[in-house]
Amino acid sequence: MARKVTKIAVFVLCLAPLVSLSWRFYKDDLGANPIEFLTHATGDWTLRFLLITLAITPVRKLLDQPQLIRFRRMLGLFAFFYGCLHLMTYVWLDQFFDWPGIWKDIAKRPFVTAGFASFVLMVPLAITSTAGWIRRLGGRRWQLLHRLIYVSAAAGVIHYLWLVKSDVRLPLLYGGVVGVLLLYRVLVYAVSTHGKHTRQPARNI
Amino acid sequence: MLIRYSEVTPKDLFLNRRKFIAAAGAALTAFPALAGTKLSGVNKSPLSTDEKPTPYEAVTQYNNFYEFGTAKDQPAKLSQEFRTSPWQVSIEGEVAKPKTLDLDAIMKLAPLEERIYRFRCVEAWSMIVPWIGFPLSALIKVAQPTSKAKYVAFTTYYDPKQMPQGRYGGIPFPYVEGLRMDEAMHPLTIISVGLYGETLPNQNGAPLRLIVPWKYGFKSIKSIAKVRFVEKEPPITWSLANPREYGFYSNVNPEVDHPRWSQARERRLGEFGKRETLMFNGYGDQVAKLYSGMDLKKYY
Repeated sequence: MARKVTKIAVFVLCLAPLVSLSWRFYKDDLGANPIEFLTHATGDWTLRFLLITLAITPVRKLLDQPQLIRFRRMLGLFAFFYGCLHLMTYVWLDQFFDWPGIWKDIAKRPFVTAGFASFVLMVPLAITSTAGWIRRLGGRRWQLLHRLIYVSAAAGVIHYLWLVKSDVRLPLLYGGVVGVLLLYRVLVYAVSTHGKHTRQPARNI
Repeated sequence: MLIRYSEVTPKDLFLNRRKFIAAAGAALTAFPALAGTKLSGVNKSPLSTDEKPTPYEAVTQYNNFYEFGTAKDQPAKLSQEFRTSPWQVSIEGEVAKPKTLDLDAIMKLAPLEERIYRFRCVEAWSMIVPWIGFPLSALIKVAQPTSKAKYVAFTTYYDPKQMPQGRYGGIPFPYVEGLRMDEAMHPLTIISVGLYGETLPNQNGAPLRLIVPWKYGFKSIKSIAKVRFVEKEPPITWSLANPREYGFYSNVNPEVDHPRWSQARERRLGEFGKRETLMFNGYGDQVAKLYSGMDLKKYY
C-alpha cells in the first residue's frame, strides 16, 4: 500500500511542471513571448527527466536503494511525455504545422536535427517499456535496445548546446551531468570485465 | 498633442520594485536613476509606423542586454542600479577636434521626435517601439568628421562592477558596433534617449542608444560611451564572437537565413502566429538604395 502511495506521489510530482506551465499560460504569466517560454520550458524538462532517469541506476547502487528501480520506467516515460510536448510546441505553436518548413528545419539546421534525433530515439523505448515487450524481446536484447537512452540524452544536450547563442553555461552543465552518468557506466563495465572473478555481470550494476 | 503613455501604462509594478530596491538599500547611490522621467516637447514624426506599439511591459521586460545577463528577463531586474548620470560620450577618431559631450548637451543637439519603429531581432521576434530621439546625423554634424571618416564605430559603456553578469555573456565586452557613414547619416537612423514618452529604462540602453530600424536589433547598440569615426570597417561584437553567423551589415533580410534558423518569418510579441519578415524590415523604400549593386548574401 505504502509502495503504491509513493508511486502515485512521484507520478503527481512529475506532472507538476505541466500543471505549473498550464496555470501560468492560462494566467498569461509566461512573459512577453509565451510560446518561446513554453518551448524552452518543455525542452528543459525533457532533458531533466532524461538525466533523472539515467541517474536512477547509479543512485540506487551507490546509495544502496535498489527499490528505486520501480520509478525508472515512469521517469523515462515522463521524459518522453515532455519530449512530446516540446515537439508539439514546435510543430503547432511555433511552426503552425508548416510541414515543408519543419522538414527543411530538420534537414538543414543541425540543432533541430539533433533534437529530432533525440526524440525519435525515445520512441522505441517508450513503445517497448511494457512488461510484455520485455518478455517478447528478452531481457538482454531489451536492455541493449534501451541503451539508446544514452544517445538520446547526448543528442538532447547537443541540441541545447547548438541552440544557444553564446552563453553555454546551462548546456555545459547538462552535458557535464550526462558525462558523469555515462562515465559511471563505463567504469562499472571496465571494472566488471577486468575483475571477472567477481562474476558480477555489468548489466546489474 | 502627445499621448501620455505613462498615464495609460500600469507602472505600479515598477514603482513597487523601486521601493523594494530602495528599502533593500541597494539603490542609495549618489546619482538617482533617471529612467522613467517624462520627456516634454516631443514632436511626432512622419517616419513613424501606424502599427500598434507593443505593450510597455513587453518592451521593457523582454530585453537582450548581455552585460546584465543573457536571459530575457534579467536586464530589467539587474540593471536597475546602473548609474546613467553623470554620462559623457567621447567623440573621437577622424574628426576636426575630439571632444566629450555631456548628456545634457546631447539632449539639446536637435528637437526630440517620437519615432514609432518596427524592431526586428535576429532571433526572429519583433516589436513596435515608440522611441524618442533625434537623427544621428545631428550628432555627426557636431562631431565634424573629416573626409577620411568612412565609418562610425560605437562602444557601449562597460563596467564589470556594475555589470557582473557580463562575464557569463560569452561575447567580448565592451560591446562594439558600427555603421557605414551613409547608413549613419540616413534620416531613419536615430539616437534614442527615451521610449513611451519617458527617458529610456536602463534595460533598454539608458541613457542613449542607437536605433537602426532596418537592421537586426543587435546593431542598435545600447548605453553608448564612445563614438569614433574611422576609415576602415570597424569590428562589431557579434561578428567577433561568431563571424559565420553575424555580419557587419546585418540588414533584416528574409532571404538570408541565420545559419541556425530561418529569417523568413518572425513572431511579433503579443501575436500568436508568425508573420512574414519584410525586406529591410519594411524600410526598403527608404534604404534599399544604400545597398544597390551589393550582394546581400555575401554582405550579410
